[in-house]
Amino acid sequence: MMMLVNLLGILLIAGIVWWFWVYKPKSKEASDGVQIIVVENGVYAPARINLESGKATNISFMRKDQSPCAGTVVFSALDISEELPVGKIKTIHIPKLDSGTYTFGCQMQMYRGELVVN
Amino acid sequence: MLSIQDSLTTQELIIEGAGCASCVGKIEKALSALDGVSKAEMNFAQRIVSVTGSVGSENLIYAIEQVGYNAKTSTAETESDALEEKEQADQMYYVKLIREMSIALGLGVPLMLYGLFIGEMTINTDAERLVWLIVGLLTASVMYFAGKHFYIGAWNSFKNHSANMDTLIALGTGAAWVYSMVVVFFPSAVPEMARHVYFEATAMIIGLINLGLALELKARGRTSLAIKRLIGLQAKTARVIRDGQEIDIPIESVLLDDHVRVRPGEKISVDGFILKGHTAVDESMLTGEPMPVEKNEGDELVAGTLNKTGSVIFKAQRVGKDTALAQIINMVKRAQNSKPPIGRLADVISAYFVPVVMIISILSALIWLNFGPDPVMAFAIVSATTVLIIACPCALGLATPMSVMVGVGKAAEAGVLIRNGEALQTTSKITTMILDKTGTITLGSPKVTDVVVTGGESKESVLQLVASLESGSEHPLAMSIVESAKEQGVSLLEVSDFHAIAGHGVEAVVNGQKVLFGNQKLMHKQNIDLGDYVNQAQMLAAEAKTPMYFAVDSVFSAIIAVADPIKEDSISAIKRLQNNGIRVVMLTGDNRATAKAVAAKVGISEFFAEVLPEDKSNKVQELQMKGEIVGMTGDGINDAPALAMANVGFAIGTGTDVAIESADITLMRGSLHGLADAIAVSKATLRNIKQNLFGAFIYNVAGVPVAAGVLYPIFGVLLNPVIAGAAMAFSSLTVVSNANRLRFFKAKEH
Repeated sequence: MMMLVNLLGILLIAGIVWWFWVYKPKSKEASDGVQIIVVENGVYAPARINLESGKATNISFMRKDQSPCAGTVVFSALDISEELPVGKIKTIHIPKLDSGTYTFGCQMQMYRGELVVN
Repeated sequence: MLSIQDSLTTQELIIEGAGCASCVGKIEKALSALDGVSKAEMNFAQRIVSVTGSVGSENLIYAIEQVGYNAKTSTAETESDALEEKEQADQMYYVKLIREMSIALGLGVPLMLYGLFIGEMTINTDAERLVWLIVGLLTASVMYFAGKHFYIGAWNSFKNHSANMDTLIALGTGAAWVYSMVVVFFPSAVPEMARHVYFEATAMIIGLINLGLALELKARGRTSLAIKRLIGLQAKTARVIRDGQEIDIPIESVLLDDHVRVRPGEKISVDGFILKGHTAVDESMLTGEPMPVEKNEGDELVAGTLNKTGSVIFKAQRVGKDTALAQIINMVKRAQNSKPPIGRLADVISAYFVPVVMIISILSALIWLNFGPDPVMAFAIVSATTVLIIACPCALGLATPMSVMVGVGKAAEAGVLIRNGEALQTTSKITTMILDKTGTITLGSPKVTDVVVTGGESKESVLQLVASLESGSEHPLAMSIVESAKEQGVSLLEVSDFHAIAGHGVEAVVNGQKVLFGNQKLMHKQNIDLGDYVNQAQMLAAEAKTPMYFAVDSVFSAIIAVADPIKEDSISAIKRLQNNGIRVVMLTGDNRATAKAVAAKVGISEFFAEVLPEDKSNKVQELQMKGEIVGMTGDGINDAPALAMANVGFAIGTGTDVAIESADITLMRGSLHGLADAIAVSKATLRNIKQNLFGAFIYNVAGVPVAAGVLYPIFGVLLNPVIAGAAMAFSSLTVVSNANRLRFFKAKEH
């Protein structure tokens, strides 16, 4: 019986490692330079966005979550930090970027997203 | 995906370039012709057109441009409107959190008191099963009504392959509830000793965390008081004169070149210069300078400052987001949200934190199940739940941004604008401060003090030639000579063939004579004999004056000395820096003797004189090569390369004429005390960040193992999940409150 429980525990741990760290979810295209990210209930939706390299774009955020954690979005590598008003669309200009992955998130890194530039 | 609503809305656009009443019809017609516009009405006096319909603002602006005018959206939302909205939203959220807390504690507290003082929370009889089933259902309703947001957030994050604080709370409270319900429904499946229910833990944890979030929200509000004060400086309306009439309009509708009237006691609405009238203006809110500043025709007015005595009409030069105040607000906001390098490690840890805690929780449960004493199930569930609940990624994540928010705001209140978190952190480590002389240590407005002539010419005629020659130069010393000549009523002559010789002086032809004006190097270069006058020049230099030589047709003719008064508080400010253990070095293009005299007067023992503008950055680099962390203070324009080369560049503003974009730190008032203030604030902020980070690290590093039960083998104690919930809720609050302590920081004035 204990063997089974231990095995279950180890499988659970392996599942956590795979689900949170190994698996890479699909990302959304920023179509025609317009992409709205909804900030609600602890997540950015969508949280991974595909961008074309060498092309500036705009990304809009719609914050529906009142919690103060959701109030600021920080693109630390791009030196962008903007406040998001509740219930309104806030558009952020993303400059031309080289290929790579750029993370963005709230100040506490609880909300997390990625710009995947190809 | 969400789409921007295309229902009927009314938008306001500000029209530029509409100078006649007939424009109104043209604009209204162009807009009404668009599909989807149901009404377009223009208020000519305010230059605002209000459009009802479903057409986007870009299309409206395009239509207006097609008929020959410019338009922009009335960002009807000013900073203060946005702030007010944010405060209202926060207040609503606070009320919601308090309501949810009351619901959860309303069940949790009586249950906990029952467990502590009255009876056992175990199931041994069918009657107990029924009672605990009802309690379990009540707890489920608490989870729904007071903790729904945790579960939805956790599920959304999970779907997104991420995990956050909600995940931990949802798993912790969920595990306690599910286990308790298993005990209720299948008591025989659980060993008798382990038939304990934990509904009180679920309800208490939800209540306490909501309480912690509510208190944190209030404390966070206080961290942004400084920016709130700055935003509060903005006037809401301006009285503009259009078509001969004075009308009050919102400040965002003020256009460039508008004539604006401001009366005594009113705030200046936008930046501009006085066309008519004179007054005294209180600029202390921006510069920290307590005395009102006299303003006459042609003088600049800065938005947000307070008009004290006279009624003036001024011309708008910078409006909207371009005013100095708007830029200051923008810069402070950006800096408040930027992160110094010290916070990056915490970010990396935060990214892995939650899944790691989940793994520790599983491991802890397995260890208890394998090696723990009876009842193993109960121990396993308690330790796994407590590990999940006690871990607090928020405290770690909040540690840096909260302190930066308060520290940058505090600095802004003292007239010190910090560009970003990195500048804030480096400032705290500065070992050497280089000060430019002119305009930094001195007032930067030199006056002619001596004119020593060698031949029979009069002083006036020499001054006339030199002033004419210097009228083409932008050097501050040149400007002072022209000023002095004007004051003495000397008229200027025509100049031709003007050449500036960088670091040496100038030459030109005036009145058909070849004239040369500059330092000793220039005279030597041109083989002009200075005779014994070099000694006289040195004596002038020893009095902290700057002597310059004048030659006509290659014959030495006069020495003109100018002196730049030292700022009143430069000596005390430099002493303050030195008392803080900072090496102070002076840098100047001026001659050695003058530099020495000024340095001696202000108490600086180390100085570099006769440094060409392009060499200033080399001097900074030299000191950096010796391992110094160098701060460079200059006027932000001439010293730009040196400011950029330094570890931290400080631009010193005179009055409100700030070069905000050119330096890491801008001192809005001219006093060098701003340097010591900046260093003191950055040191205090860094100390505060370290306390927060240390606290948050220690809390988690010690809390998680204790929750897992490492103390049990030695002391026989296992942490209660409710205590873990309280600790978690208050750890974030502690971080925010500690950051708020910085608000009371006061730099010592010695």
